[in-house]
Amino acid sequence: MAKNIQTEIEKLKNQIVYLGTAVQENLQKSVKALWEKDPDLARQVIATDKGEIDSLEISVEEECLRLLALHQPVAGDLRFIVTVLKIDNDLERIGDLAAKIADKVILLHDLDPVKFTSDAMQIPEMFNSMFAKTIWMFQNTMEAFVNEDTDLAYKVCLEDDEVDRDKASIRSEMEEIIMRDPAQQVYLAKLISVARSMERIADHCTNICEDIIYMAQGKIVRHHIAELSSLPAQTKLIPEG
Amino acid sequence: MQTTDSAIINIENPQVEIEGLNLYYGESQALTDLTFGIAAQQVTALIGPSGCGKSTLIRCINRMNDLVDGLRVEGRIAIDGEDINDPALDVIELRRKVGMVFQKWNPFPKSIYENIVYGLRIAGIENKAVLDEAAEKCLKRAALWDEVKDRLHQSAMGLSGGQMQRLCIARAIAVSPEIILMDEPCSALDPRSTGRIEDLIRELRGEYTIIIVTHNMQQAARISDYTAYMYLGELIEYGPTQTLFTMPSKKETEDYITGRFG
Repeated sequence: MAKNIQTEIEKLKNQIVYLGTAVQENLQKSVKALWEKDPDLARQVIATDKGEIDSLEISVEEECLRLLALHQPVAGDLRFIVTVLKIDNDLERIGDLAAKIADKVILLHDLDPVKFTSDAMQIPEMFNSMFAKTIWMFQNTMEAFVNEDTDLAYKVCLEDDEVDRDKASIRSEMEEIIMRDPAQQVYLAKLISVARSMERIADHCTNICEDIIYMAQGKIVRHHIAELSSLPAQTKLIPEG
Repeated sequence: MQTTDSAIINIENPQVEIEGLNLYYGESQALTDLTFGIAAQQVTALIGPSGCGKSTLIRCINRMNDLVDGLRVEGRIAIDGEDINDPALDVIELRRKVGMVFQKWNPFPKSIYENIVYGLRIAGIENKAVLDEAAEKCLKRAALWDEVKDRLHQSAMGLSGGQMQRLCIARAIAVSPEIILMDEPCSALDPRSTGRIEDLIRELRGEYTIIIVTHNMQQAARISDYTAYMYLGELIEYGPTQTLFTMPSKKETEDYITGRFG
């Protein structure tokens, strides 16, 4: 049993990292589908979300429940499994939001395929920076998890405010354009929704990072992360893999 | 009594104070420099691999070790501020104050009733009404009354293992101890009987100071307020049970409770 739980935890870690990679790929694809106005790629994103990602989420959850029931883990093992259970949920929600972005691409395309692919429908440049920040947050969230790097997790949490600001300015800018040119309302409302999905993805990254800090340090920092000006040196609890 | 080790909690106003305790069986040292306090009316669990000195330590607290040849104790153990190794101390009185329950139940080959009132009779109490009342009260306290009230005068040897162990607890509390030492009281019991003993321990908490040695880590986690992890005769970590099982401060403790070692 002694060796067993370590092997099981290692397996679980690989499983959740695999899910994270699948979600990241899908997120990047959804952004690409929007940027390149590619409804086929968007449909692929939705299919992967409903298929592979959802079933990976379930299998990670089942694995966590199995380990909790059979091994009754304590200390670092317990914190790891509970954290994975929570991260699993956040990753699945991020997957859903990526699919939601893809869904908007399909909607916009189906509304008026010719107009959508023409230069008349530009995606404002300011989206670019928001997408880049959010994807940076996601990649570093997964890296912080794999390396149990609490300093990095903390940095990711701080980035969330930036993404919130981007979303707010996109929203006000889009609303201004709608006032001037109401004909663009349907199109721009969908883009606001995309920005909102991105902002929600950044929120989920923050949740995951807060859980990583709990996993490594046993401290629950949720709801008051901003008050922590500096975090103590990280402690390694699980083997790297 | 202060320890400087951050992994060992300082108990305010401890009932049992252990200071600089070293114990030797002949040449070999079984306990090394133990210094910690045990909180009154709380449950303290001692965990650690076999041979780490848990049982040796609790046997020091009621001087059961006096009976072992070649054993030498250094340092101080005080109960309510009184040094228990003081030559002037009455050991019988100490053992009345500090009761003990063993791994294997050991009822006397007498009736259930006589088992409970034995200690009181030894203390010179003969009044039947007093003895009857004590028997009922202790059996109720040990959650055994309903099961045995119709056969109080039958032999205790006819009870089940779990019942005999609860009888031993009832017998221990009959003489009104302040501290009850338990040396793996559930290790020979099935899960249901174990559950009843654990319930009982939780109920006795608040009235008695309970110090329990257990190999069952889940049991320590379930029933104790404080947990001490010992290894090779040393105290490695001591703190509130919840902290020790969710965020131990020492890697050795983490390795032991997560089963990576031991």
